[in-house]
This record gives sequence, C-alpha cells and structure tokens, in this order.
Amino acid sequence: MADPMRIRAQAAGDKATVRVLMSHEMETGQRKDAGGKTIPAWFIQEVSATHNGKPVLNAQWGPSISKNPFLQFVVRGAKAGDKIAVSWVDNRGDKRTDEATVS
Amino acid sequence: MTTLLRLTALALAATAALAAQAQKSAADGIAEYRKMLEDGNPAELFEAKGEDLWQQARGPKKATLQRCDLGLGPGVVKGAWVQLPRYFADTGRVQDLESRLLTCMATLQGFDAAQIARTPFDQGEQATLAALAAWISSQSRGMKMALPQGHAEERRFYELGKRAFFYRGGPMDFSCASCHGEAGKRIRLQDLPQLSTNPGDGVGFAAWPAYRVSSGEMWSMQRRLNDCFRQQRFPYPGFASDVTVALGVYMGVNAKGAESIAPAIKR
Repeated sequence: MADPMRIRAQAAGDKATVRVLMSHEMETGQRKDAGGKTIPAWFIQEVSATHNGKPVLNAQWGPSISKNPFLQFVVRGAKAGDKIAVSWVDNRGDKRTDEATVS
Repeated sequence: MTTLLRLTALALAATAALAAQAQKSAADGIAEYRKMLEDGNPAELFEAKGEDLWQQARGPKKATLQRCDLGLGPGVVKGAWVQLPRYFADTGRVQDLESRLLTCMATLQGFDAAQIARTPFDQGEQATLAALAAWISSQSRGMKMALPQGHAEERRFYELGKRAFFYRGGPMDFSCASCHGEAGKRIRLQDLPQLSTNPGDGVGFAAWPAYRVSSGEMWSMQRRLNDCFRQQRFPYPGFASDVTVALGVYMGVNAKGAESIAPAIKR
C-alpha cells in the first residue's frame, strides 16, 4: 500500500489552487543497482483529479517525472468546503486516492 | 522613422534585460530555485510518515515512542529539536536526536540499537529514523537554536567538536574548517556556510534534516555528517558516534539564536 498523498487546496476568488505531493519512487528503468542489474521501471502513469466528484484533470505521466512528485493546478469555480480528490495509477497497477477539502 | 525608433527602444530594453540577468549571481539563481521548490517540499511526506511512526506500537515490545524523552520530558516533542544535542542523565551521555531516538527505540520498543546503527541509510529502521527526525524537527520550525551548555559534559563535547572540526587529516589533508572555516567559500555553485561562527537563520545546522532533491532522499544531520567525512576522504564515522554528536554540539552551540527551518529542501 502506497503512502498517502499530501493535498492542500486553497480558494482565492472564483478559483482554488491545489497543491499535491505524492510519495512514489518513480524509477525510470534506466538505473542499475550495485550488482549491475537494471532496476525495473516503476512510475506513476495516470493522474486524475475530481472536484466534488466531477473530473477536472487527467494526465499521462512517464518516467521523466521526479521522485516524490509535486503537482499544482487551479480549479475554476471551486470554493471553500468543496471536495478535491486526486488519484494515481502506476505501471504496476498500484493505485492511491486521497481527498482534501478546499479551505 | 517611427519603426526605427521603436526598434532602438526594443534593442535598448533587451540590452538592459541582459545586463540585469548577468548581474544575477549563481547564488541568486539557486536561491530562486529553492524558493520555487519550497512550496512542494517532499520533506512533508516524511514528516507525515514520522508522525505516524511515533504513535505506532512497534518493535519486539510492541510499544509506541510516545513516552520517549527528547530532553524536555517524556513525550514532549515541540521545541525539543532546537535544544539537541544535550546531556541525558539516564544514559550519562550527550546525545543528538538520532542517537536519542536509538536509545528510545531500544529501551521502549526493544529494538537492537547497535544493529540499527550498522544498517545502511534509507534501509529498514534507518528509514524510520529519517522520517522520525523529519517530523520531530518540523515541530520546532521557526524556533531559535538554544542548545544547553549547563552540564560539564556538554561543554566537554563542545570542545571535542571544535577539535574534530579543525582536525586535518586524510589523503587530502582536509578538515571541516577547510570548507566551513571562513566566509564566502563555495563548492561549484553551492555557497558554504561558515560553521565556526553563527551562519544565520536557516543556514547550516539550523537547516538539517533536509530533503535532497538531487537524490530524492531525506537526510538527517547524521547522514549529512557521514557524507562530509566521505568528501574529506576520512573513514566513515559510526552512526550516532561521539565524534558526530560532538560536531553537532559545536555547530549547534555556534548557531545559538538562529531560526530553525528544518526540515529544509536542498538542491
């Protein structure tokens, strides 16, 4: 089970800024371990976000994204008390969803 | 004519912009980069993990660390970090955060402290230590470094640390002071804090533990020191050994009054 994400969502005017930190190794598949064996690729492939259950973001990620990635985006029309949920799926099929309330 | 004038104006503006860019030093560039990263410091992920590990019943004794005494009484975490390393009467030793956590994990949870000290960084219980250090230091963020020097052992460790700091040796005849003994030094683009005096708020001792972006790892002060020894081509120090604690006392006491920003983010 992957570690939880840290999601902060802050409303300002008619939009909310969402900041997400994900805990993930993001192995590229290019690195070798101390024994010279290739470390298999392991990275987040799909990221999606919903605002009160309605999809607002969908992204395809690859091995060029950093370890423990940080994602920031703006949701128009989101106000305090709304729910923002973020999910990711990695190339091993592991997934994680976390939710935050806009403040 | 108007076009020509406009072009000249544009060219002038471009030159001015270029000049402004040239004046920006490498250090400014790095400071800007750090500022951008600060908003999403992955150290937060480790803080969350550490907070959870503190409350979890773990180890052979299935106990939590909630009764661990970090110097301000059992279970008091807030403000503990800015007063470490310090003397502990129960162990009769001056201890830094990591060595104190080892003591707590051994006495409260039943872990084998020597075994953990031998474990490579980032593996097994060493990863636990890094996360705990991240969370505990975060509970003193914004406070001022205030290491106690009341006990004779604490003063002895300061002197020991000072000696270690200026001790030259190894194939390159290096000491800590070779890099950190005067102001205005750098390695490639990294400014080096002068640690024989107070380097100021959020610099040097007041900035570790920190998340290293380049390696994606959470580094405690112990790991930072371990790497300093490697860079000097010294033999690796033992984890939580007296010399590493003494260096901590030396740097920490020198940084008295500096604001702690730990866990920080580094390139």
